[in-house]
Parts: sequence; structure tokens; C-alpha cells
Amino acid sequence: MKELSLNILDIAMNSVKANAGTITVSLAETPESFEIRIADDGCGMKRDFLETVTDPFSTTRTTRKVGMGIPFLKLAAEQTGGSFSIESKHESEYPDSHGTVTRAVFNKNSIDFTPLGDIVSTVTTLIQGSPGIRWIFKHSMPKGEVSLDTAELKEILGDVPLDNTEVILWIKGYLEEAYSEIL
Amino acid sequence: MKSLAELAAIKEKMQNKVVMREGSGDIRVVVGMATCGIAAGARPVLNAFVEEVSNKGIAGNVTVTQTGCIGICQYEPVVEVFEAGKEKVTYVKMTAEKAKEVVEKHLIGGNVVEEYTMPNV
Repeated sequence: MKELSLNILDIAMNSVKANAGTITVSLAETPESFEIRIADDGCGMKRDFLETVTDPFSTTRTTRKVGMGIPFLKLAAEQTGGSFSIESKHESEYPDSHGTVTRAVFNKNSIDFTPLGDIVSTVTTLIQGSPGIRWIFKHSMPKGEVSLDTAELKEILGDVPLDNTEVILWIKGYLEEAYSEIL
Repeated sequence: MKSLAELAAIKEKMQNKVVMREGSGDIRVVVGMATCGIAAGARPVLNAFVEEVSNKGIAGNVTVTQTGCIGICQYEPVVEVFEAGKEKVTYVKMTAEKAKEVVEKHLIGGNVVEEYTMPNV
């Protein structure tokens, strides 16, 4: 992946596939580090699958026997001297608190740090693809924070779906402006 | 600053449009967004479709959606166009530029852009 925002898009798709109702994408940045945390309340993974999930030959897809999404993110983090972790509670064992949290920490000053890239596109793509999910996005930086919660937008929009193209373009403009104010 | 009032205005506008939407010939554009698609550049392709469909004012009868891996990863980004009563068209190795062309020529003009379709790339 050329941009971390593409890894984020890819990993969040796993949460969509896990039938999550709420997905939180949090980015926390300091001058030295960059942390990605993707948390969902989806079905979670069973222990034996969780143990093999960073292995490329472990996948949920049915069209291929390889799954590169998680290995890609893990590699991107570890090549900067950072870390990667994934925790999951499967619904069969945790009927009231199931879900998955994926976390990757990067050393921003490493020569192998992949830039974040077009994160706004990633957020709009996620909302456009799964408008029924509550998306919470937060990006905290030393100079300020950009955040969006689709539950707040839904309150205003009522029956108009979040994947309406004008709504998506509004979200894009909103996030771009929010970023321009703190960058 | 983009205001929430603008969002409320979009809501008003859309509610008035709902009636117009009925009875139109629906076209569905599906973009493959699994790891293979994303790595190959599906995100800008999807966004180009969303923006062009909105800009050209055809959002009433064209729906842009996402799907997982279609199974032909080497041809990603892959876009499928479904239209009632017609055969599915599969565009392969797409870019944002090609997407704009497909909106113009195929979705609006009704002519499949053959050179970007499955057997021709």
C-alpha cells in the first residue's frame, strides 16, 4: 500500500464484514509517533483464527486462500520500529462485549514510515460503502483535532441516506476544511 | 467553515427529489474494494464515480456501490455496471480518468467503452 490511509480503509473493511454497528477510527499523532486504532463491535474472531490472523495464508475471503490486509499493516508498522496488536472477543464467548481492536504504532521519523496520504477519501469511501454503520473518526495532532461522528449527521439528515452523493461531497468538504484549519 | 445548515439544506433538496426518482431506469456501478482493489487504486476510481455522477446530475438513476473481491485480482481496479435488461459490463484496470469517461460515454451516452472492458485490456 502506498499510503497508510489505504491500509486504514482496508482494515476498516474487516470491521464492516464483521457486521459492526459502530466503527471507530482513531489516529493519534505526536511529533515522533503515529498511532492507528480501529475498534468495532462486530462479531469478533475466535481464538484459533485470531492466532493466525497476521499470517498471509489466513483469510475470510472465499475467492482466494490468501489475505494480505492485516500482514500489510503489521509490516508497515514494524518496518518503522513500531508495533502492531490485534485483540478480539468473539460473540460466542462474549455475547455482550464482542468486537475487535486493531492497533498499529509507527515511528514517524523512520525512513520507512509510509505517509498517511488521502485520509479524507478513506473516510468518505467507508461512509459511502456502509452508510448504515455509525462511523466515528478522530484524528488528534499536536496542533488540534479533526473529528466526525455520522450519528450527528444522521440527526440532521433524517431519512436522507449518508451515501447520497451530495452528502458524501459535503463530508469531504467538511473534513478538508477541518484539516486546512489546523495544518 | 462548512456548516451543518448546509447539510440541512441538502436534506430539504433531497426530500423534494424523491418523487422524481421513481420509474427511472436504474443503473448500478459496483467497485471492488477488497485488499487487492484498494492496493491497485480502487479508492480514487470509486471517488471519481461518486463525484462525476453527482456533478453530471445523474445520481437519481445511477447508484455507486462497493463490493469485496470479485476474484480477478490481477485486473483490479475492477468496476461492474449493471443495468436492467442488459448484460453486465466489466471494466478492468480502471483509473479515475477512465471512470470519468465511463460516466460520460456509458452511463450518460449509453455506449459501453469497449476498450476498457474485460476481454479487451
